[in-house]
Amino acid sequence: MSLPRRNFDTLIIGAGGGGLRAALQLSQAEARVAVVSKVFPTRSHTVAAQGGVNAALANVLPDNWHWHMFDTVKGSDYLGDQDAIEYMCRAAPRAVYELEHMGVPFSRLDNGKIYQRAFGGQSRDFGGEQAARTCAAADRTGHAILHSLYQQNIRARTHFFDEYFAIDLLRDRDGTVLGALVLEIATGEPLIIEAKTTLLATGGAGQLFRTNTNALINTGDGMAMALRAGIPLQDMEFFQFHPTGIAGKGMLITEGVRGEGGYLLNGEGERFMERYAPKAKDLASRDVVSRAIYTEVREGRGCGPNKDHVLLKLDHLGVDVVAKRLPGIRETVKTFLYLDPAVTPIPVYPTAHYTMGGIPTNRYGQVVVPEHNGPEEPVLGLYAAGECACVSVHGANRLGGNSLLDILVFGRAAANHIIGELKQSRYHRPMNDDSVDQAMARLGRWDRRDGSETVDGLKRELQTVMEQYCGVYRDEAVLREGVAKVIELEARLQNAHITDHSKVFNTARIEALELENLMDIALATVCSALERRESRGAHSRVDYPERDDVHWMRHSLFHKEGQRMDYKPVRIKPISVDPFPPKKRVY
Amino acid sequence: MRFSIYRFDPDKDSQPYMQDYVLDEAKIWPGMMLLDALLELKAQDETLSFRRSCQEGVCGSDGMNINGRNGLACVTPLASLKSPIELRPLPAQPVIRDLIVDMSQFYTQYRAAKPYLINEDPEPEVERLQSPAEREQLDGLYECILCACCSTSCPSFWWNPDKFLGPAALLQSWRFLADSRDQATDLRLDELEGPFKLFRCHTIMNCVEVCPKNLNPTRAIGRIKELMLKRSM
Repeated sequence: MSLPRRNFDTLIIGAGGGGLRAALQLSQAEARVAVVSKVFPTRSHTVAAQGGVNAALANVLPDNWHWHMFDTVKGSDYLGDQDAIEYMCRAAPRAVYELEHMGVPFSRLDNGKIYQRAFGGQSRDFGGEQAARTCAAADRTGHAILHSLYQQNIRARTHFFDEYFAIDLLRDRDGTVLGALVLEIATGEPLIIEAKTTLLATGGAGQLFRTNTNALINTGDGMAMALRAGIPLQDMEFFQFHPTGIAGKGMLITEGVRGEGGYLLNGEGERFMERYAPKAKDLASRDVVSRAIYTEVREGRGCGPNKDHVLLKLDHLGVDVVAKRLPGIRETVKTFLYLDPAVTPIPVYPTAHYTMGGIPTNRYGQVVVPEHNGPEEPVLGLYAAGECACVSVHGANRLGGNSLLDILVFGRAAANHIIGELKQSRYHRPMNDDSVDQAMARLGRWDRRDGSETVDGLKRELQTVMEQYCGVYRDEAVLREGVAKVIELEARLQNAHITDHSKVFNTARIEALELENLMDIALATVCSALERRESRGAHSRVDYPERDDVHWMRHSLFHKEGQRMDYKPVRIKPISVDPFPPKKRVY
Repeated sequence: MRFSIYRFDPDKDSQPYMQDYVLDEAKIWPGMMLLDALLELKAQDETLSFRRSCQEGVCGSDGMNINGRNGLACVTPLASLKSPIELRPLPAQPVIRDLIVDMSQFYTQYRAAKPYLINEDPEPEVERLQSPAEREQLDGLYECILCACCSTSCPSFWWNPDKFLGPAALLQSWRFLADSRDQATDLRLDELEGPFKLFRCHTIMNCVEVCPKNLNPTRAIGRIKELMLKRSM
C-alpha cells in the first residue's frame, strides 16, 4: 500500500511544554521540524499546571542550585540520577529567565523581579529552613508558559500537525527510529512522517486511575509506543498521588495553597501534619503528605459525614491574598463545590497525579536501553523528554515545581543534542515496509465489527482495578491479584469493538487506540510494583515498609515482551560536585 | 434528563439533523457538569462526537452552543440547564462533525494579531524588570484559553470572519500592547488600521456575556481604539 509521506529533519510527538520548548530551539536553529499533536497545542495538559517552576533565583530568600539539587535528590528518595539532577538544577535559572524573555507573565515582587513562593520539600542550606524557589504566574503558571511557548513557535514558524494521532514509531532492521505513522483525526487518513530524529514528548498516563487530576488525553501514548518498539519502561511503579485533589472529584488544588500558608486539618480539627513531619509540616514531600492523609482517614479521623477526606484551610490568608495569588483554584472550587475557599476550607484527598517513570533517557534526552555494550546504549534517532521520559530527575517521588522545570530543561537539552546530530546526518535512511505494515495493522484492527466488549466499559474497569490494586499502599497479595486482573482485561481488549466506523473525526477509534496504550502501561506499572519489595518514595509496600538500599537502589526496567523485569544502577555520581549518599529521609 | 443534539457526519449524512437522547436519572449526580453527561451519552452512543480534555475549564476544548448560548460543557452545571438541553456546534463555523467545528479561521485571526512578545533589545542575563502595577495590566488578558466562545458569538465575526480579527484575537492584541516589556506598539497599531480588523467591533458585547473565564474583550478593544486615537492626535 502506498501511503502519503512527508519528511522533516525532526519529528516531535506531543505539543505540551516539553515538545514546544524543543520545537522552538530547533526552529530557531533553522531545522525543519514537525510537531504532531492529538489536540491543538494549547490544549495540552501543561496548561493545567498551577503552582510554578523551581529555580534558585534567590529573589525572595537566599538560594542556590546546589541546595535545589540536594532537595531533589532527597525528594527522589535517592533513586534520582544525580548527574541529571545537577544538570537540571544548574540550568533552572536560565530556563526561567528565557521564559521571561519570551513573554511569560510571571507575578512580580515590589522590586520588579519574578515572584517566588514556598513549595513542598524545599530547603535552604541542605535541609535547613524552608526555601522559596517556585517561580509563579499566580496559580496559572502552566497556562502562562504553554501559551507563551506556542506563541513563540508561531513567531519561529514551526510546522504543526494539529489533531494528528501518532499510531506507532517506524524503525529499520537495525532498530534506528525513522519517524512515525500518524493519523489525521479530521479525515481518518494515515500519513507517514519520515524524520532523521524523533522526539517523544507525549506526557503522562494519569488516566490509569479512576480519580485523577489529569486531562482525558493523558493516556501515555508515547510510553506505549516505546514499549511496542521493544524499548523498556523505567521505574513505572512510582506513581505520584497528589495530596490535594478535590475529594471525590479529583481536580487539582495546587501545593501553592500550602506554600502561601494554607494547612491541612483532620476531622478533629487537628493540624495533623505536625505529627508526620515536625519540621516541614504541610510542606513535606508529596508522598509523605499523601500517606499522612490516607492514614488519618483510615484511622477514623477524616472529615465529612463519611469521614472520607481532610480539609485544606486557607481562609486565614485573607481574600486579597487568595484573589491575587490563587485566583485559579478559587474559581475551580467555586465552580465545582459552590464554595469560596477564601471563606470555607476545601475537602481534599490524595489523587493520582504524575508518572515518575517512563522512557529511559540520558541527560541529553537520548532514549537509552540495555544492549551489548552496557545498560544505557542510545537508540539511534529517538529522544524523549518530559513526563513520558525517565531521565531520572524525579526518582521515586517528584517535588512540586520540578515538572515544569523538567520539560523546559530537557526539552531544550534534547533539541540541542538533536541539532548536533542533524549536522552529521544529511540524508534520511530508507524506510522499512514491515514497520509500516505493523503500524497499519494496529489501526486496521479497529475496523472489525464483532466483539462483546466496549472500550468505555474496559477503560472504567481498568481504572478501578488500578485504583484498588495499585494505589497509595500496596502489598504482595494485592499486587499479585492486580497483575492477574490487568492481564485478564488485556485479554478481553482483544475482544472489544467499536460501533463508529466513520472516517471523519472518529473519536471512538482514538479512544480505542488510547485504551490499548493505557493497558500496556497499566501492566508495566503493576508488574514493576509487584517486583519492588521495599518502600521508597511514592511506592509504599505494607509488607516491606523500609527502604532497602542494598538490594533496591536501582532502576526497574519493564519489557513488554514476556513481561520481563530488568534492572540497572542509579547514576549516583553528579557532574561536578560530590554525590549525596542515601540518608534516612525526614521532613 | 432529555437532550436534543446536533448531528452531522459527512461520511454518511446528506444533511445535519437534531437527535434526541435521554440520560437516565439514576446516572445523574449532584454537581454533575454537562460534559459528564455528554461522556455518559457517548458511552451509550460512541458515534456522538465532541472535543474534550481537561474537564476543568482550562484547556478550552469543549466550547459549544448550549441552549442557545456559547459555553464550555465542563464548567456548565447540568442543573443550571432547562430540559430538553439543546446542544449545537459553535455558531457560524464550518462543521466537521457533530459538535466539532473547523476552527482554522479563528486560529488564523489569532496568529494575525501577532500574539507574542516583541522586544528587540539584547536579552539581559536575568529577568526584565516589571513592577507589580505593570504586571497587573495583564490580568484579565493572559488567561484566555482560546475556546472561541467569544468570537463565534460575535455577529461582526459571523459576517466578516476573514477580515475582522474578532474578540479573542483582539484581546491578545491588547495583551501585548499592554505589556510594559513589548516594544511593537506602532507595528501592532499599524496592522489594525482600516475599517475591518479592529473597527468592525460594534460593542455588541456578546463576547463579554459568554466568556467562560469572565474576561472582557470589549473593554480590551476599547483600550486599543483609545490608543489609536491618542496616537493620531
